[in-house]
Amino acid sequence: MKEFDAGESASIVSVTDKVRPLPLGMAVSSVHFLGDSACFVGTEEKIAVANAAGEISPVEVHFGAILCAASDGARMVTGGDDGKVVALNAKGETSVLATDAKRRWIDCVALHPDGAFAWSAGKTAYVRSGKAEEKSFDAPSTVGGLAFAPKGLRVAIAHYNGVTLWFPNMAAKPEFLEWAGSHLGVVFSPDNKFLVTAMHEPALHGWRLADNRHMRMSGYPGRVRSMSWSAGGKGLATSGADTVIIWPFTSKDGPMGKEPAMLAPLQARVTAVACHPKQDIMAAGYSDGTVLMIRLDDGAEILVRRNKGAAVAALAWNARGTLLAFADEEGDGGLLEL
Amino acid sequence: MAEAAPSPKIPVTVLTGYLGAGKTTLLNRILSENHGKKYAVIVNEFGEIGIDNDLIIGADEEVFEMNNGCVCCTVRGDLVRIMEGLMKRKGKFDAIIVETTGLADPAPVAQTFFVDEDVQRNARLDAVVTVADAKWLSDRLKDAPEAKNQIAFADVIVLNKTDLVSRPELAEVEARIRGINPYAKLHRTERCQVALADVLERGAFDLDRILEIEPAFLEADDHDHDHDHHHHGHDHHHHDHGHSHGGLKHYHDEEMQSLSLRTDKPLDPTKFMPWLQQLVASEGQKILRSKGILAFSDDDDRYVFQGVHMMLEGDHQRKWKDGERRESRVVFIGRELPEQMIRDGFESCIVT
Repeated sequence: MKEFDAGESASIVSVTDKVRPLPLGMAVSSVHFLGDSACFVGTEEKIAVANAAGEISPVEVHFGAILCAASDGARMVTGGDDGKVVALNAKGETSVLATDAKRRWIDCVALHPDGAFAWSAGKTAYVRSGKAEEKSFDAPSTVGGLAFAPKGLRVAIAHYNGVTLWFPNMAAKPEFLEWAGSHLGVVFSPDNKFLVTAMHEPALHGWRLADNRHMRMSGYPGRVRSMSWSAGGKGLATSGADTVIIWPFTSKDGPMGKEPAMLAPLQARVTAVACHPKQDIMAAGYSDGTVLMIRLDDGAEILVRRNKGAAVAALAWNARGTLLAFADEEGDGGLLEL
Repeated sequence: MAEAAPSPKIPVTVLTGYLGAGKTTLLNRILSENHGKKYAVIVNEFGEIGIDNDLIIGADEEVFEMNNGCVCCTVRGDLVRIMEGLMKRKGKFDAIIVETTGLADPAPVAQTFFVDEDVQRNARLDAVVTVADAKWLSDRLKDAPEAKNQIAFADVIVLNKTDLVSRPELAEVEARIRGINPYAKLHRTERCQVALADVLERGAFDLDRILEIEPAFLEADDHDHDHDHHHHGHDHHHHDHGHSHGGLKHYHDEEMQSLSLRTDKPLDPTKFMPWLQQLVASEGQKILRSKGILAFSDDDDRYVFQGVHMMLEGDHQRKWKDGERRESRVVFIGRELPEQMIRDGFESCIVT
């Protein structure tokens, strides 16, 4: 295997020399920003916090595997196989938010901008919001994904054969959106009009929430593990193919009857996507270790990391859109300041 | 730059057995024996295992149908999730054991390892080990379809509690097992005292190790079988019929059988592969397991395949050796197999 393809790297603008390398020294599964600090979530035990100067400080969060993580920009929440839900704030302080009584795995976590948080263990989803007491909901099968709606206290719980929309503070019966199969990831569109799940099979499924109309988004060669809304929620960028697949959500019908945009094809699988919070650009990581910045209008590419090392597992922008952090599965990370 | 060697896949042993057969006894033995290995164990009932191990994970046996219109393409979704979590602790354990409930069908567990891309990349199915109760299995085979499934599916059968039955009773239950699945390795035990090497690291799903698919009981004839020609009679209530070969009784199970096909003549790959795929597509619900070693015309490589219900995997294995008999052998284990149709189909793939 050659280290890089000279022909390709010559034809593409490269900023690889501007990247500050971050040797994290642990296997990594995701990255989230708290302010301007990139918090790399290890597969086990630790979060490695890298500040803008590239100084790395590890923080212990779990005794075992870290199974899930979410961030609202002000704090991070992780769930572990030690049965704990742990929060990390921008000062690097941790606190245990919840402990499962039976020490079951915490499979999913989600954060609400208002400070509420949700987690799941097995079939049960839990929510705690402000001063209100903890509420729980038993899904018909193991919870595959959790997401808060952008407005109101409403939680989407993905499970087998559909998604349950649960209002933890209301007596109303939860709404069930049915679609056969196993639903894993789940996201609301930023305008609260659409709900999209990543399924166990290589496909997405969506619902228009006004009338629960179905949207099938299929054709992926592999399972979709990473989804990111572009600035303003105009499109949903996804991993799972050898190009970035972006489904259009600008019209009231969402992607129904439309072709997705396919950008930045490589001879490798897209493993992570992160859209810029303000501009129409995004970053994509690939199974061969490549990281690209891509302009959404015309697909123009800038090389951030060459095709070396392991698959890209972690990719995120800070809220201001001035920093891009990435890491591969084995913990070879980097920070790019724009 | 040299390409990094892919990390070895973690072996997964599936432990099945009807209620009370002794699965937990075997599991406790595996975990407590001094073998220097660390096992991650996926169980259904917490607390039954008396060993302290932070890698014991409770599962929910959640089976879901794949969205491909095939009703028997069921996988264990909880297993997909647990495997993903366990892979975050790679290096902390050497192997995985999945215990199923007494009433479980082993197929969805096995199929999970065939269809899930990520599971497949990190782990490999090693063998299905079924613990059977020597005293009660014969009864269960009559009234519990789950027990029959577990025997039919097994690569290794631990026939436990042999101290609780007489020799004729033991011969009877073994014959019934062989009537369903003559290919599994059978070990007679008391309190699951079986050598761990006989149940772990078997490579039963390893295509490279589908070397011999001779019925295991033919090799096992040197074991201590009872040789008294007792009256076993014909059990008309259950349509079984037994007969003796040198003291070893043979039963034919009316519902679950195995079917073995062989030919010295080469097979036409352009006919055989479509036939096999069509067969498992149409009859896959009945076919629990399939295996084969094939000699194709104009091909110097042995081709091997195996399948679980409708899922097949196969590959060229190696060159036929000089002097090696180029014989194709195919085995199906299943329920109400359409024997004549399968035999005719196989015949039609032979190059004439």
